[in-house]
Amino acid sequence: MAAKKKKSILPGFGIGMGFTLFYLGLIVLIPLASLFLKTATLSWSEIWGIFTDQRVIASYQLSFTTAFFAALVNAIFGFLVAWVLIRYNFPGKKLIDGIVDLPFALPTAVAGIALTAIYAPNGWMGSILTNFGIQVAFTPIGISIALIFIGLPFVVRTVQPVLQELEKEVEEASVMLGANRWRTFRSVILPEVFPAVLTGFALAFARGIGEYGSVVFISGNMPMKTEIAPLLIMTKLEQYDYAGATTIAVGMLIISFVLLLFINYLQWRSSRRMISV
Amino acid sequence: MKNKALLSIVIVILLFIAGCTLNSQSASSGKEGSNTIEILNVSYDPTREFYEEYNEVFARYWFDKTGQQVKVKQSHGGSGKQARSVMDGLRADVVTLALGYDIDEMTRLSLVPTNWQSQLEYNSAPYTSTIVFLVRSGNPKGIQDWDDLIKPDVSVITPNPKTSGGARWNFLAAWVYAMKSYDNDEMKAVDFVTKLYKNVPVLDSGARGSTTTFVERNIGDVFITWENEAFLAINELGADKFEIVVPSYSILAEPPVAVVDKYVQRRGTQEVAQAYLEYLYSEPGQQIIAQHYFRPRMQSVIEQYESKFPPMNLTTVQEAFGGWKAAQDKFFSDQGIFDRIYLPVR
Repeated sequence: MAAKKKKSILPGFGIGMGFTLFYLGLIVLIPLASLFLKTATLSWSEIWGIFTDQRVIASYQLSFTTAFFAALVNAIFGFLVAWVLIRYNFPGKKLIDGIVDLPFALPTAVAGIALTAIYAPNGWMGSILTNFGIQVAFTPIGISIALIFIGLPFVVRTVQPVLQELEKEVEEASVMLGANRWRTFRSVILPEVFPAVLTGFALAFARGIGEYGSVVFISGNMPMKTEIAPLLIMTKLEQYDYAGATTIAVGMLIISFVLLLFINYLQWRSSRRMISV
Repeated sequence: MKNKALLSIVIVILLFIAGCTLNSQSASSGKEGSNTIEILNVSYDPTREFYEEYNEVFARYWFDKTGQQVKVKQSHGGSGKQARSVMDGLRADVVTLALGYDIDEMTRLSLVPTNWQSQLEYNSAPYTSTIVFLVRSGNPKGIQDWDDLIKPDVSVITPNPKTSGGARWNFLAAWVYAMKSYDNDEMKAVDFVTKLYKNVPVLDSGARGSTTTFVERNIGDVFITWENEAFLAINELGADKFEIVVPSYSILAEPPVAVVDKYVQRRGTQEVAQAYLEYLYSEPGQQIIAQHYFRPRMQSVIEQYESKFPPMNLTTVQEAFGGWKAAQDKFFSDQGIFDRIYLPVR
């Protein structure tokens, strides 16, 4: 431990790190910095005025709550899907495994139109639900469904490899020591996969906040009710108000960044607790 | 060792960038000398089929006149989005958009001269259209005029004026009617449009989205739309499903066209771009315009298509609001009249 000067066993740290910083800078940081620069052309009171605008607040609330709800649903059911795909063998398993990725490949606008067609009051799901007095399309429920759709692969694909790595012996040992199924699941399996579920949740959540294409069709875009933040950004662009648009975007970025940091912290804590056990 | 690797990465990146610039240069130049010329028309959504046909006719005319082959490329999308692309560097030779406002915005970057609207006849709008209603067959709710749209049991479909250029015409048409019928009482006009937009269950982000909502999803009793779009919907989906209702009063929509000076000068396409727009005003141009359900300007063609386009009481944006800039500021900018419709009463 003391020999800090000694060369690392793995060569190439310097160039690797250099490349990482350069690449991240080029692809992520420079474009994001230009957002902040554009916003900085406004005065503080103008920026504050935009953040405290009723419609902006309403759209933030809507975007974040629907994205959170959708990510939560994905975390639970995506975990189940991953579980079934790893633990059981059945005909067509490869096919189902492939279907999971489809929401990634589909242009989001197509997803939005397809979902709206199904869930609109005269669509085949929508017409059934209307009988029970539930309206899906053009309400926050519809937005959540679109976000669940596009976010599904995130959780499945992050949890799958972890479940795969899980050793059967540990579970067997747990059962031998007298734990029931639930206890085994809660104290042995869950702590192991929980960080991965959190990662998937964070990815799906982040994706949902910024999602535009699939949501505009199903949301109905009613101001104060079903107007998502990305749509408000589009309306600003339509008025050639570039600075106003980037201001709303920067607001979203800051809130998301804080939330993602918090999720990362939770993840770090849960994985540390697991190691210390 | 370390430095060498880093250097090689830098060189690869530089070569990549250099390759890209070379590529784009060779693509944009090299048109002089050859006997074909290429221009790009950046337009909005509903003109796609119209310009496809017009381009062929214009190419024939230009070949007969100059012996030069002209190839017109088209780009379509939402009017505001198209304008932003041109402002961001899309090399359009001509723009043919939905709103004067979108071209006005380009003057700020000196892409078009500030007096662009006086460079061609009729405020640089070779064709017009107006806002009408599309209702379901048999007109079950008995909709005849704007007044019927604010009845509590009527559901109205129109896109969001904040994101759709076409929807701004819809809003202004309603406003013009309200001002006319309430003796220019602005408070009452605000009240009228508020009631009207409270009847809108879905605000789609674009005009085609609204068409889908009304036609495919079967939502709404009446669809406020451009006359040419209403004709298209009836022609494509069957006259037995929808009817056009012409309101007593509406707005004269004047989709403007302009040569993008800055780009044509650079590309040497000034002459052909100018001719492309001027030919829209000619007899053959006006004929194609009428066939695609836009209202022509030429008197002889107007008379020929009189049955299709009944004369209406129409006001222009210039007459009613003193130009697009004023209308935009008053109604559609943030905290404008349209925004106030949706704010909770305090």
